[in-house]
Amino acid sequence: MNLLPAVFADLEPFTGWCLPTEAERYAKRLASTMDEMVAFYDAITSRAEAALDYCDQLPLDALPDDARHLLWLLESMVMVSFPVELWRQPRVPDTATTTLDCVHEPVP
Amino acid sequence: MSRYPKPREGSWTEHYPELGTEPMSYGDCVSAERYELEREAIFEQAWLNVGRVEQLPRAGSYFTRHIASASTSIIVVRDAEGTVRAFHNICRHRGNMLVWQDDPRQDQSGSCRQFTCKYHGWRYGLDGGVTFVQQEDEFFDLDKADFSLVPVQCEVWAGFVFVCFADEPQQPLVEFLGPIVEPLAAYPFERLTSRFSYRSHIAANWKLYVDAFQEFYHAPVLHRSQSPDGLARASERAGFEGAHYELVGPHRVVTTDGIEPWRLPEQMLKPMERITRSGLFGPWDTPDLGQLPSGLNPVQCEPWGLDSFQLFPNFAILIWSQGWYVTYHYWPTSFRSHIFEANVYFPPAQTARERVAQEMAALTFKEYSLQDASTLEATQMMLESRVVDRFPLNDQEVLIRHLHKVAGDWVDAHQQRTAGGGAR
Repeated sequence: MNLLPAVFADLEPFTGWCLPTEAERYAKRLASTMDEMVAFYDAITSRAEAALDYCDQLPLDALPDDARHLLWLLESMVMVSFPVELWRQPRVPDTATTTLDCVHEPVP
Repeated sequence: MSRYPKPREGSWTEHYPELGTEPMSYGDCVSAERYELEREAIFEQAWLNVGRVEQLPRAGSYFTRHIASASTSIIVVRDAEGTVRAFHNICRHRGNMLVWQDDPRQDQSGSCRQFTCKYHGWRYGLDGGVTFVQQEDEFFDLDKADFSLVPVQCEVWAGFVFVCFADEPQQPLVEFLGPIVEPLAAYPFERLTSRFSYRSHIAANWKLYVDAFQEFYHAPVLHRSQSPDGLARASERAGFEGAHYELVGPHRVVTTDGIEPWRLPEQMLKPMERITRSGLFGPWDTPDLGQLPSGLNPVQCEPWGLDSFQLFPNFAILIWSQGWYVTYHYWPTSFRSHIFEANVYFPPAQTARERVAQEMAALTFKEYSLQDASTLEATQMMLESRVVDRFPLNDQEVLIRHLHKVAGDWVDAHQQRTAGGGAR
């Protein structure tokens, strides 16, 4: 069963990134290889403008499930952008022992 | 070559001659004895911010907070009249923590009509009074009025809830905060209710993290890897210069200039900044918050970056020009550890585009903060070697001198009070 709106069927291979919380998205980033993140980044960034337009036609506080999944995918796009655009590693450099857990965030 | 005029004395540091210009020791970060003194003299005397009124939306809303430096947990609650009150989170019967779930170390929040102890069922109203004692007639001359919850001094300023663990605070909250916060009194905090909260255990003295966030001299170097090479090189060449520094009482403020990222050439931006129209300085499309209080951006930087209010001892409010604000709290747990909390506040997003822009700003903040935190354990480790006791500070690090001086002054004053307090 598809998770995303039909017009974004091309992004279905990446729905493992449809994660509702920052903590889950960050954990998936740390557990991913650069190849995995680059593939996702390349796919989602080329569709980001269309995805933002799609979601913006709907009320943010009452998104249907498929659009909400698309919004989570956009939030994961932000999450992987740092390693992909800058560091070529999942973590910001020199922070092996450092954590900063997101314990509360706006919904949606 | 100053981009911004310095005070007539030639430097911000010399403008406050009590600070001196000598190298500084961080001996106040490496000893358990010193921490014990700070705990008594500072964290049990000063007003401490524990949250905002939006966390207590209606009568009966409450949250608990464990505060290691006071060896206690407190309940902060909005009572039936709408007043925000604070109590020690201890049942007067046998000492059980009154409000907790599963793990007494985990803070709780929620809403209730009264508090019920899970041990023997004693109940307390929102005003702290005992309302029910299980098998009351088994007790001996029990007057319930004698067993109300133990209050903690609690006051609210601009929607920020403060507590003080002194039996009698040395000053009312407004007087303690003083004139430095006046520009914030009219800031529309109540409209910025969309919150990202972060928490971390830091293996370093609390003052070292305050220091990391109260100077920006480090920014072009430590955060070099956060920008494309073009911008990173330009930032490092330019260095950092604060536009304005001000010290008032135990508190400090620094104003910085900003950038207009939408005007930068492509090679100086990350692609994600363009896609989300957001980044370190916040969402590019600023929400309309109306006229901001006149005291902000005191030297009228154009573009303006932020005003960072460092409120003694462990609280900071950063007002960003792009219509959002950030708070920091540093909760000491020992001389070499503390819990760091950061909250990032935006107006509620109206569209997915705004929501994604906020995600980008919040996550950028987190990535920078991880780097800021990264040096702390390394610094603490080496300070504890005690091989060096004189560290030079430049004029852009003036706020660091002030924090350590004020902390020392409070310890000295407390020692004098308690030594001279033979009254008992």
